[in-house]
Amino acid sequence: MPSGQTRGVRLAFPVNWWARAGWVLFGLYVLYAASQLELTPARFATGLEHGGRFLARLFPPDFHRWQLLLKGMVESLQIAVLASAIGVLIATPLALLAARNLMPAWASWPARAVMVLCRSFHPVIVAILFVKAVGFGALAGILALIIASVGFLGKLLTEAIEEISLKQVEAVRATGAPFLSVVSYAVVPQVFSRFIGFASYETDANLRNSTMVGIVGAGGIGGTLFAAFQRFDYDFVCAIVLTIIALIMAGEVLTMRVKKVFRA
Amino acid sequence: MLRGIDLEFGERGITAVIGPSGTGKSTLIRCINRLVEPTSGEVIFENQDIARLSRSALRLARRRIGMVFQEYNLVERLTVMENLLCGRLGYVSPLQAWLRRYPARDIERAFELLDTVGLAAHAQARADSLSGGQRQRVGIARAMMQEPKLLLADEPTSSLDPKTSVEIMGLMKSLADAHGFPVIVNIHNVELARRFADRVVGMTGGQVVFDGAPAALTDEHLKAIYGGEDWLA
Repeated sequence: MPSGQTRGVRLAFPVNWWARAGWVLFGLYVLYAASQLELTPARFATGLEHGGRFLARLFPPDFHRWQLLLKGMVESLQIAVLASAIGVLIATPLALLAARNLMPAWASWPARAVMVLCRSFHPVIVAILFVKAVGFGALAGILALIIASVGFLGKLLTEAIEEISLKQVEAVRATGAPFLSVVSYAVVPQVFSRFIGFASYETDANLRNSTMVGIVGAGGIGGTLFAAFQRFDYDFVCAIVLTIIALIMAGEVLTMRVKKVFRA
Repeated sequence: MLRGIDLEFGERGITAVIGPSGTGKSTLIRCINRLVEPTSGEVIFENQDIARLSRSALRLARRRIGMVFQEYNLVERLTVMENLLCGRLGYVSPLQAWLRRYPARDIERAFELLDTVGLAAHAQARADSLSGGQRQRVGIARAMMQEPKLLLADEPTSSLDPKTSVEIMGLMKSLADAHGFPVIVNIHNVELARRFADRVVGMTGGQVVFDGAPAALTDEHLKAIYGGEDWLA
């Protein structure tokens, strides 16, 4: 028996008092926050009643203005596709620069800083900034979503690159391969399938966000949706919402297909 | 940590470097192609001091030094053929390499080497679908693609079973004899070293304590190299 445990009982699963105290504190805070915000069953009941009336006005959905709907949806789709494509083009080299296992600190830190900056604000806030900077319309939305894509794709891809096996890199380097060949032969094969996964995930997110940036005037279906809300055209709102759901679902099916093609 | 290493290698023959784990055998071999940066000293290869080469000159020197690794270090998601062609990356531009536009001569050589190592049927298989012995054959073929003037092998048999180990050492010996280049091999198995090497270098604590023909390697030397004697019984 090792020394220090000579006093009898050896515990296979010692109690972690810090963790227990943490859980208790967390539970107490949840209760406190709920009471502060009046999260009570009574408040919930009145909310439900209100919601019921709202739901009744949503149906049946009104597809009469389908041309307006279609125009907005097409614009949203284009914003999403363009932002994803350009985002991938920018994020890929940036992630390579940011990967600390391949790059010296003077290259990786600035690249990381750019990504953090891109992720600092919600896409809608960035969209507001771009609407002010470049004016109303799809351009502002595209730029806002490019920023968001670079931030998230860059981070995910950087982490993927930092997890690769350096043995494979070392072997290719030992053949006297130039840096770009080391990247294309030893780094890319190791991260490619995950990269496809991240890119399709980001396209999915952009599709959702592109329906939203319109609310602040940055193009797409969001503007139409917001206007319909303000005019209490709840049946048209319902039509728009259903169309968005259909688009997101179609996007999901498409990304699944893409992943299958690349065996990701 | 290496200290006071002064070794010279001829134009032929297999040199086995033996010694306990952590004694610097890997470091020694990696200093030769500068996968590990030596803090001081010289590494002369083809009349150049590799330790002082610029990045691009180092790349040119590395093209002529093949290396075989303990865990094969194949790019697992590439095919066997692509792994072999990695050996030519120093000679083709990154764009050519990316588009897989290799000179016909390289492709031919790759197929010939696959025949030599008995893996012709696996050319299009992904490297991670092969067994350990097969992977090490690919590793050797990749090094051979470089048409090396020197082959470094860092414990090439430590992850293999005894029979495969002998086959791999035999393969390296026959290739070295046929193409006329020296081999420096780190090895844990003293019997394999005795059987295949023309010269044995024994290291301990970052220093060379034995350097001579395998026949001259006695139990006394092994005690000095590895310490203790119970394991020799």
